[in-house]
Amino acid sequence: MRVVVQGVSIWGPGLSGWPQAERVLRGEEPWQDGPVTPPPAQCLPANERRRSGALTRLALALAEEACQQAGFQPSALRGVFACSNSDGAVVDSILSAITTEGGEVSPTQFHNSVHNAPAGYWTIGHHTHVPVVALGCYDWSFTQGLLKAVAECVVEKTPTVLVVYDLPIPGPIGKVRITENPFGCAFVLHPDINQQGICHLDIRYDAAFAQHDHVAHPDLVKLMHTNPAAMALPLLEKIATGEEGCVKMACLPGTLSATVKPC
Amino acid sequence: MNPLVLTAGTVVSAIGNGLSEQGAALKARRSGLTPCDFFGITTGYIGRVPGVEDHVLTRGSGEFVCRNNALADMACQQDGFDHAVQEAVAFYGADRIAVVVGTSTSGILSAENAYQEVDPQTGFPPPIFHQAGTQDLFSLPRFLAERLGTKGPLLTVSNACASSSRAFVDARHWLEAGVCDAVIVGGADSLCRMTLRGFASLGLVSDGPTRPCDAARAGISIGEGAGFVLLERAGARPEAPVLARLTGYGVSSDGYHMSSPDPAARGAVIAMQDALKLANLAPGQIDYINLHGTGTLVNDAMEDQAVSAVFGKNVPCSSTKGWTGHTLGASGIIEAMISIG
Repeated sequence: MRVVVQGVSIWGPGLSGWPQAERVLRGEEPWQDGPVTPPPAQCLPANERRRSGALTRLALALAEEACQQAGFQPSALRGVFACSNSDGAVVDSILSAITTEGGEVSPTQFHNSVHNAPAGYWTIGHHTHVPVVALGCYDWSFTQGLLKAVAECVVEKTPTVLVVYDLPIPGPIGKVRITENPFGCAFVLHPDINQQGICHLDIRYDAAFAQHDHVAHPDLVKLMHTNPAAMALPLLEKIATGEEGCVKMACLPGTLSATVKPC
Repeated sequence: MNPLVLTAGTVVSAIGNGLSEQGAALKARRSGLTPCDFFGITTGYIGRVPGVEDHVLTRGSGEFVCRNNALADMACQQDGFDHAVQEAVAFYGADRIAVVVGTSTSGILSAENAYQEVDPQTGFPPPIFHQAGTQDLFSLPRFLAERLGTKGPLLTVSNACASSSRAFVDARHWLEAGVCDAVIVGGADSLCRMTLRGFASLGLVSDGPTRPCDAARAGISIGEGAGFVLLERAGARPEAPVLARLTGYGVSSDGYHMSSPDPAARGAVIAMQDALKLANLAPGQIDYINLHGTGTLVNDAMEDQAVSAVFGKNVPCSSTKGWTGHTLGASGIIEAMISIG
């Protein structure tokens, strides 16, 4: 399955949007650890923005940047949102409330706890009826999401935005499901390979398991394993450096091969 | 679209283990709803699956033991589903069979129980709590692949109450793109404090048994259940039985509000019109509509608007949630199986 990548976004420690992250991934700018502060979701009215929380802020910032770069209105794109942990802070808060004598579940927290809440805010904010699927595939959320988004893009013959994001979880779950950093990335994929873009992406699933390729940048090797969405770093690095080549990534239970060819 | 066929199907809900039990309950108008008595919660009625608490997983690692996977395992044991999957594995090879399933809360009941036993000194949940195998959304397809012996790619769709209906669309994308030759499609959702208390906080749980489409309807009754089908390309495996054909679908977002449907029903109208268009059918060619029919004031009014706009007044339609309860992420697969009959 082949598509054209027309837009990319990254937000993570020391990676603040595509222009800056691209320079870091190319080795043109040193990587410096720092807080992850994506811009607020401009598409949401102030009260919705307040109610929506950090996970939605991250997801929407990623989706917005990738769409702008590709020159698409969100209403022109099908959406694939992939995330492992949902909104861990909200889930932790509800679990604490329901297991505490007299604890009350907040209705706003309950609707934010659903896995497709960021996808919901995305379509509400842009007043659009485009389909958006919300996937949850643990450590493989990026690769399973990519395999799904590319298939959807090609089969539906419609540009598609893939958004992958996760945040650390507080409380008891966070003690056993460790996500050290916020991280997310997004891609706008186009099915017409004659279109201009950043690169061509050829995707193949193989049921034989292979090791996940590593990112070459020495400072980013550790970062890759701190968040499920950061498993995209080897592919993001390949795209940023403009090299032709193939990245192999674990895609349960097999392997996803992504061949990158600059446009 | 290239037509797809359902070559096997199974279901477990409050009104039956397997399709024939469920069909008999529907024909006898026997509801599975009972007053809620779940972990001290007494608001409204629930559709509890009998025997789920005592069910032991037939296969699969211990890490996957939870109420949600027990429902999935019970469904696999019904309707010859296990055997049908083995035949598909023999024909296509395990590598070519994917699992695409929907769930809204997976095994979160296990996390709720773990929260009651958190170590006050360390803040750790008890060691018996296996987060990835139970609470995590990806637990369900991982368990199914291990249990059924498939090696194609896995996917969990978690679009709240549309999870297992949306899973059909995602399965179709993988089939059409050639990623796999057959897909186990469906979903499971299980009773937990989170949804019982959460929907109550939104004021959406009916005090009495839910009465969808009734003028005096007063909210939902939450149920639980699981169901799966085997979806493959028409004609690819000639000896396989055909329960139904999938010839069209439509998907839309409401883009309106986080917990309330668009009263103008624009999203629902788009989805139904797209499905008819893809199937090349006129509204009058539809014999029956199984409504989402949750029993809330606003949902049923919205659906009335949507169905009237697309189909007029002559196509019979009903909600089956008065019998099963609202099984949330599993409602799509359970109601698809009811519609197939």
